[in-house]
Order: sequence, then C-alpha cells, then structure tokens
Amino acid sequence: MTVPGTKLEQPEVLDGHAPAVRPPLQEMSGVTMALCQLALGIAVLLAWQGASGRLVDNFFISNPIDVGRRLLGWTLDGSIFRHLWATVYATAMGFFIGAVAGAILGVWLGVSPLASRLLNPYLNGLNALPKVALAPLFVLWFGLGIESKIALAAVLVLFLVFLNTFAGVREVDQDLIDGARLMRATRVQVITKVIIPSAMSWVFAGLKISVPYALIGAVLGEMIAANRGLGYLVQFSGSQFDSAGVFAVLFVIALLAVALNFLVEIVQHRMERWRIVGR
Amino acid sequence: MIDIRHVSKSFHKRDAVVDAVRDINLTIARHEIVAVIGPSGCGKSTLLNMIAGLYAPTRGHVVYKGTPVADVNTDVGYMTQKDNLLPWRNVRDNVAFPLELAGVARSERMERADGVIRHVGLDGFEERFPTELSGGMRKRACLARMLLYGAETALLDEPFAALDAQLKLAMHDLVLRLAAENGQTVVLVTHDLMEAVTLADRVLVCTRRPATVALEQRIDLGRPRDVLNVRFSNAFKAYYDALWERLRLEYHEDRV
Repeated sequence: MTVPGTKLEQPEVLDGHAPAVRPPLQEMSGVTMALCQLALGIAVLLAWQGASGRLVDNFFISNPIDVGRRLLGWTLDGSIFRHLWATVYATAMGFFIGAVAGAILGVWLGVSPLASRLLNPYLNGLNALPKVALAPLFVLWFGLGIESKIALAAVLVLFLVFLNTFAGVREVDQDLIDGARLMRATRVQVITKVIIPSAMSWVFAGLKISVPYALIGAVLGEMIAANRGLGYLVQFSGSQFDSAGVFAVLFVIALLAVALNFLVEIVQHRMERWRIVGR
Repeated sequence: MIDIRHVSKSFHKRDAVVDAVRDINLTIARHEIVAVIGPSGCGKSTLLNMIAGLYAPTRGHVVYKGTPVADVNTDVGYMTQKDNLLPWRNVRDNVAFPLELAGVARSERMERADGVIRHVGLDGFEERFPTELSGGMRKRACLARMLLYGAETALLDEPFAALDAQLKLAMHDLVLRLAAENGQTVVLVTHDLMEAVTLADRVLVCTRRPATVALEQRIDLGRPRDVLNVRFSNAFKAYYDALWERLRLEYHEDRV
C-alpha cells in the first residue's frame, strides 16, 4: 500500500547552486502511478495477444480478445451470475458457520484447560490434515449440492478462527481476570466481560485471514463435484479444452477475491473506529 | 482482621523449588495501615496474593475476619503497579465495572461512578480510555473503582512505583484520605521507604527471598497526616534511619 503524503524530505542544499536532483522514481504522484499501472496492464495484454498463435499455440494460452468475448457473452446471457452467486453464497455461508463454530470452540477450549489438554493431540492431527482431503467425505455426507461446498469452506475457516481465538483467550492478562474475580465476578461474567472482549482483536485477526480461505474452500468444492459455481465453470472449461473459458473464470474469481479483501478492509476500518479491536 | 499464621509459600519452577515466603506471622488490625518493605522480587507480592486468596499458602493459614481464606477473597480491593483497568472500557465504564458485575441498573451505576470519579479528581475524563490517561490518572481510576466496590481492605502492590515524586505525594494524600473516610484497612507493599513511613501505622522490613519479617516498626506520626510535611519532622527521620539501617543489610549483598 502506498500512503500519499509520506514522502521523505528532500535534503536541503546549502551551497547556492543546487544540482539538478531528479526526484526518485518511487515518489511519483498517485495519478502518474495509476497511468503507469494501466500502461503495464495494456502492455501485458498486447504481448499476450501478440504471442498467442505466433510464439505459443493459441490452444494453450488463448488470447485476450477471445477471453474478453467470452466474458462479455457470459455477462450478456447472464449465465455467469448464476455461477458467481453459487460461489459467493457458499463462501459467505461457509465463512459464517466456520467463524461462529471456530470462535465458540476457541473460547471453550481456551477457558477449560482440561478439555484442551484432552483434545490437544486430536486437534493437532486435524489441523495438520489438509482439509481439502475431506472433500470426498463432504460430498458423501452432504451430496453434490451447495451444502458440501459450504462444509469445505466452513472447515477451512473453522480451524483458522479457532486457533486465533484459542491463542487470544490464552493471552488474556491474568491480572484482569483476577481483578474481576476479586470484584465478585461469576465465571460466566469473567468469560463474557473480560476474556471475550480481551481476545477480540485476536478473533478479528483470525476472521480477516480466513476470508480468502472461505473462497478457496468454496471453489475447490465446486471443482471436485458440482453443477454450478465458478469452480465448476473453471473445471468444466478445462475439460472442454477451452482455455479462453478458463482464463475468463480465473478473471472473475480474481475480481471476487479482490472485492472480498476490500470488504474486509472496510469492516476492519469500522472496527478500529469503534475501538473494538486494539488496546 | 487479617491473621497470617506461619505462612510459607514455595513455587515449583521446572525442577527447582523456589521459596518465596518463609514462616511469616503477622496480625493486622481493622483500620490499620501496614507497609511491607523489602528488596524487589523478595516475595512481598506473594503475601498479598495469599491475602487475596489468589494463591494458597504451602504451609500455614491466612485468616480473614476469623475465617481461613480458602477461595478468592472478595472483601479486598487489589491495586497493582501495572494497573488492571480494562483497556477497552472508558474510565466511567471501568469504575462502574464492579456495579455492573453486581447487576446494578445502568443509570444508577453511571451516576454513582461519576460521583466517585469526581471524588478522586478525575472529572472531565469519564469518556477517556486507559491508554489516553497518564499514569497518575490511571491510579486515580483504580482507586475510584475500589471505592465504588466498597472494598473494606485495600491491597496495594507497589501501586505508585512508576510515578514521579510529585505525583506520588498527591497519590499518597489521596490514599490516606480515602482510607480514613471509608475506614479501610490497608496493606501496602513497596520498596520505597519514604512511602512506607509516610503512609503506614506499622512498617515491616522483609528479608530477601524467601521473605521473612526482619524488623517490625510502629510509626507514631499521628493522623491525619500531612504527607507533604510529615517527612521533615525529627520523628520521621528517626523512623526512617532505624528502618534503613536494617533494610540496607538486605541490599548489601546485591551487586547493584
């Protein structure tokens, strides 16, 4: 991220005739930078278009015009929205379910040393397991519909949020807990009024890093067995040897990922304003 | 009021056993202000933790108002050097925290909190968060909270160690005023001999770890005390010198 207005000060030249110092390139203004970024993008697209069919077979890398045409076609007939919606829905539901379950599990194990010691080896094993390997099981349990994609996204999110929440609960200042207990706080009050608010910044850190994983879970689930969704579409296009289609879907997935990150940034900004996160 | 009978405490650290406190006997009367002084890390804080019921003694008993302390002692207010205000709550919500725990209605607890905040001279800072306050203001907030909670015994664990000399005097004045107004019993742990003699009715000098009582000195400087001027009296100087004579032996072997 570049922050405007944080330029280093130019050293003053004392002896009258200042040498013509060219400002360093990284200090160019935001507008100039945006134009450069645009130019770079166009250059890459032109190089791609030029290379396609001449240097590399069009079959493998397609070309920007075909990809653009495919995107336009899908948008005009509306078919892309059905797939996009399926992926967004699975991502959001998976994120929500995983986040809630992970946070509850993290608080519970964080405040009960017995349970956390008892479950420790099993949780380590489950955490080490590549969650993607659970996909066939979820298809078996939840079918080919959207539920199995939600489950895969949820399980990825769950472990990330759980680990962060657990660490946050363990990090709570013992002095704060003791202080509350000395003021006649019940165990429930200690958890709701001291431990959970104190662990909140950790929970939000976990939520933030798990958003992209929810998307990964949903797309992967769709690639394995589905009849809709962006993951299904990329898989389907690939199996049809349609490289333009594959690139078109990748573009949409990238857009969706950027949009999700943007959403996270906005929420985080709000949280900081409300002083929920941070001390 | 507080009866400490043959209390010892050891901690297990890896394979070693560390004796923090060894065979301390101490009786503290109601409304008495007792200062425990000794080298840093000698086990003084462990003593307070046992009075608060946060640690159980390895041997011996802490008896509070005739009952052995077996669980968290909710009659005490505890103030530490690292003030334990909740960082996500502003001053008012921090001070009102004990009332919130007791289920007092919001409007009533806000009103009562504002009252004690004014009493400790923090009015105008009700909406500030602990990170936005100076060290002295955070101490005032802690005292206000203890006041609102109505702790009959105040355990002060090096509460003013991080403050500068002028602020300390103001805080000493406040502590004495609040203790007198509310008839509190105070146990103060400190490594500042000036502070101990200024505030206390009785000063105990602790040895280095494991802490035992090396010297006990009654301080008859009258009440109410003028914390600004009491230190210039001859009586104060005599107490100070007598205590320092013993205390320095505990520092003697330190490679400071």
